[in-house]
Amino acid sequence: MIRFLQIFFFSLVLSISLGAQGHNHNHQGDGHNHDHSGHNHDHGAHDGHNHGSHDGHHHGEKSHSAHGGDHSHAPTCGGDHHGEFDPGETAFHHIADANVYSIGPLQIPLPCILYAPKKGWDVFMSNKFKFKTIGHGDGSKAYNGYVLDGGSIRRVKDAGFPEGEPVINGFIHHDKKSYVCVGNKMYETEAKSTADGGLFGGGITSFYDFSITKNVASMILVVLFLSWLFLGMAKQYKIREGMAPKGKQSFMETMFVFIQDEVAIPFLGNKYMKFLPFLMALFFFILGLNLFGQVPFFGGSNVTGNLGVTMVLGILAFIVTNMNGNKHYWEHILWMPGAPAWVKTILTPVEVLGIFIKPLTLMLRLFANMTAGHMVVIIFVSLIFIFGELGENLVGGYGTAVASTLLTLFMMSIELLVAFIQAFAFTILTASYIGAAVEEHDDHH
Amino acid sequence: MFFLADFDVIRPDFGLLFWTSIIFILFWLLIGKFAFKPIAEALKKRENDIQSALDEAKNAKLEMANLKSENEALLAQAREERAAIIKEAKEAKNAMINEAREKAKEEASRITSSAMLEIENQKKAAITEVKNQVGGMAVEIAEKILKRELSGGDAQSSYVSSLVDEINLN
Repeated sequence: MIRFLQIFFFSLVLSISLGAQGHNHNHQGDGHNHDHSGHNHDHGAHDGHNHGSHDGHHHGEKSHSAHGGDHSHAPTCGGDHHGEFDPGETAFHHIADANVYSIGPLQIPLPCILYAPKKGWDVFMSNKFKFKTIGHGDGSKAYNGYVLDGGSIRRVKDAGFPEGEPVINGFIHHDKKSYVCVGNKMYETEAKSTADGGLFGGGITSFYDFSITKNVASMILVVLFLSWLFLGMAKQYKIREGMAPKGKQSFMETMFVFIQDEVAIPFLGNKYMKFLPFLMALFFFILGLNLFGQVPFFGGSNVTGNLGVTMVLGILAFIVTNMNGNKHYWEHILWMPGAPAWVKTILTPVEVLGIFIKPLTLMLRLFANMTAGHMVVIIFVSLIFIFGELGENLVGGYGTAVASTLLTLFMMSIELLVAFIQAFAFTILTASYIGAAVEEHDDHH
Repeated sequence: MFFLADFDVIRPDFGLLFWTSIIFILFWLLIGKFAFKPIAEALKKRENDIQSALDEAKNAKLEMANLKSENEALLAQAREERAAIIKEAKEAKNAMINEAREKAKEEASRITSSAMLEIENQKKAAITEVKNQVGGMAVEIAEKILKRELSGGDAQSSYVSSLVDEINLN
């Protein structure tokens, strides 16, 4: 039911974000208007698919000269551009990983570990980019050929980019490409290296970012907190043996016992002790990060809503399941006993596919649920700015603020539930896959 | 996939893959070894302890019940014994009283009969003594009469009557 609701909202969000691209090009009146020309609008992706309709009804009513230029001509540095509010871009930006840690509008530097095959390693703190502490995470200086664009590190592609730490005038995003301005010259920057094989607009580029990003930092914080919690709990069990649980013990014991008795033991039987650490680690890691991401103004890191993170968890679930698969498990997959030969020829490919589909669904379920939740909340908040037309329409702004606060409150309470449900679903499904792989069959059916 | 170019979260970043693997595997192995397993074992042990404590309590209760019924049996036995003893004592008491009564009766009758005998004896002795005295007096009187025989008949009879007066049988 909740999943269904989320999928509904997710599509709603997408339609809003795409529609808004066409209708809501409003002037942003804050201090962000200087040289950040194209930064907050005009993302390549939207242009890429939306071009036809976009151009069609957009230019007639609301555009101004500078804006028109973005579409008809190549963008140039130093143009008189105004920033615009784009809820889609805002949502994408907020759920994305970054090389700065944002607490509200406050930007905190993080360590950068970069590797370019031709250049070698670069290790430094992201404040080398001289970004504004209160701002959008755009670096005002380049460093060793890297720039900080909207909180993310990019490497300058074009040769001839000034050495050292040149001052940056702004960033331009146009037609799937990003540029950095130094002086009046434009230099193209590269996207991150990603492992999607170009499928989702990424691919391997000339550098790899092994930085402690916002997501990694959140993960470290959450894991440290969980370690403190559980090590303290384990210690209490040792020193308070034979006594009633207290403090941390009684706080966490309910969940621990729940996962142990409702997930591990029913699926794994007497082998549960072997897999208990993995299942517990999965549950509390996911739950911790899900909840951490729900805290407003504390980074709002979308760690479990990042496909990279859920991919690692899915792959580990895959490895643990298949490394422990016994003879019966493989027999049932490769040559189902008791089935007629012609059925076996159909069953075997299906079962083999199933091995891979199971962790794949784990990965996608968690990712989609968490990302959708984050996006819905962000879009609800964005509604205020859309209807308020960035301060120009006070009635719209205040009216929507009330409605959207209520909606956000509702969504966040659902998200709180989803945080638990998704952690639980991932764990119980993993337990069932492992259980199927290690189960002892007495009878052949 | 038109809109996904901006959709950063769908593109797995090598750095994030690397760090997630490191952090999660460390968490799994270290916390699993030093926290999850010990906690699960402690919980299992506590469960067993509680179970055995409950079992013990149950056994103790059973034992108590046994003891109680034993006590009750003992008590009943004691009560019976007491009743028997009391009955015996009563019987003995009655027997003793009867015996004493018999004895007293016997004694009394014996005393009475000996007293009767004595009285009889005394009576006989007294009568004998009276007989003796009366005989003596008669002799004396006779003596005196004999002494005064000479002095007339009237005088004699008045004398006899004075003698008789003297003999006071008091």
